[in-house]
Amino acid sequence: MTTIAGMADVAHSASLSRAFFALLRRDLLLAFRRRSELLFPVIFVLVVVSLFPLGIGPGPALLARIAPGVVWIAALLATVVALDNLFRSDFEDGTLEQFVISGHPLALIALAKTLAHWLVAGLPLVLMSPLLALWMNLPTRAVGVMAASLALATPILSFIGAIGAGLTISLRRGGQLLSLLVFPLYIPVLIIATAAIMAAVDGLPHGAFLGLLLAGLLTSVTLAPFATAAALKISLS
Amino acid sequence: MSTNQAKKPRKNALVLFIHKLGSPPWFYNFTGKLIPWLWLLFGVLAAWGLYLGLVRAPADYLQGESFRIMYIHVPAAWMSMMIYGLMAVMGFIALVWRIRTMEILAMSSAPIGAAFTLAALISGSLWGRPTWGTYWVWDARLTSELVLLFLYFGVMSLYAAFDEPRKAARAAALLALVGLINLPIIHFSVNWWNTLHQPSSIGVTGSTIHPSMLWPLLIMAVATKFYYAANLLTRARLMLLEQDFRKSWARDAINGVAAPTTHGEPD
Repeated sequence: MTTIAGMADVAHSASLSRAFFALLRRDLLLAFRRRSELLFPVIFVLVVVSLFPLGIGPGPALLARIAPGVVWIAALLATVVALDNLFRSDFEDGTLEQFVISGHPLALIALAKTLAHWLVAGLPLVLMSPLLALWMNLPTRAVGVMAASLALATPILSFIGAIGAGLTISLRRGGQLLSLLVFPLYIPVLIIATAAIMAAVDGLPHGAFLGLLLAGLLTSVTLAPFATAAALKISLS
Repeated sequence: MSTNQAKKPRKNALVLFIHKLGSPPWFYNFTGKLIPWLWLLFGVLAAWGLYLGLVRAPADYLQGESFRIMYIHVPAAWMSMMIYGLMAVMGFIALVWRIRTMEILAMSSAPIGAAFTLAALISGSLWGRPTWGTYWVWDARLTSELVLLFLYFGVMSLYAAFDEPRKAARAAALLALVGLINLPIIHFSVNWWNTLHQPSSIGVTGSTIHPSMLWPLLIMAVATKFYYAANLLTRARLMLLEQDFRKSWARDAINGVAAPTTHGEPD
């Protein structure tokens, strides 16, 4: 009996990782099949960031001063705009219900889908950040820190946002509501990430800020999928 | 045998009471008897506290008369935080045990908490104008309170967005719970953000408050608790009637017929 249970355990964990990677692969494949949508977050951030010099004036010193905040607020907006698509199509065609009855833990499915979402919507921002830094006249010594802060903390945005996306998925105008729900929760990330970049601009040590972001990343990756799963269950009930 | 029986009903009485509160008609009747007393206690305490605070307490030697705003502002700020915590705890209970009256209590708390937050913000900025010379500064406390207001708005709008009240309550309760976990992080990061950008130059002096000024504040703090309880139960009763208006107990209650005291109505 025990060996059968043990074998079932092994088979179960193997099927868990298989389900995780299959879902990750599927979501990435779906995203790459719609290339125009893939580019959307990137173009969105480029447009939003370019509005600031136009609205405030092209003075290099001022731009350098507001650069961390501008880039981060653009990242927040881009994440929230993209979040509505996280579960939307799967919800509408019933795939999400199939996931629920598949027997795999819903938290695992939430984790895979959120990770895929970040790879599509968040990672391009990290890669693009040197260009944004150049635009905003950010000193070169802070460019690496900006990229690091985005790499560490945009996943936090995706993971917290996934909870909100799960809660609003069954609402017709969920997208508008979503921003109201998640922006207050993003405040700590915004404060710490911009503080890291500003410290780097001033030539101060910034390791502690990046450490805090890493702590936030680990906490949100481990806890948020469970809350997302609970939110999806409520929305599907 | 006899000792067992003597013990059992005592224990069951409390459990039975809690179970009974889960039944809408019983809850409706019980709170209906409780509410007038709560309003009365609030009225007496608030009148007493405001009299002591606004009339009897001496004027502050630094702030003059404007310090009296504190008797509204400080209890409101305390309540704004306490109600959020209670709302999240009641939401947790509602999510785990699926008790409908708990869902209703959690969701009835949100507008009261938001109102207290708004009262704290408005009274604070009215006090800030003569004292600090400005209606608004991005002080850590003010910012935390503003974020709290946003969190309340989030819970309330999520609740309002669903057509089905029970689903709405569960979704909003989960959001309140996520907010509760995040609230200390937000609070500390905002505190720290303010000290990073500029050293806190303004703040309440750490000196102890004279008893003649402190007592009215404490009385007002207790009075607002009764206000919350009375307002909460009044709202919860109305919400129950609104949701159950097709059920026979609610019709009887609306038509003024004495509702049955049993708790047989399933929800």
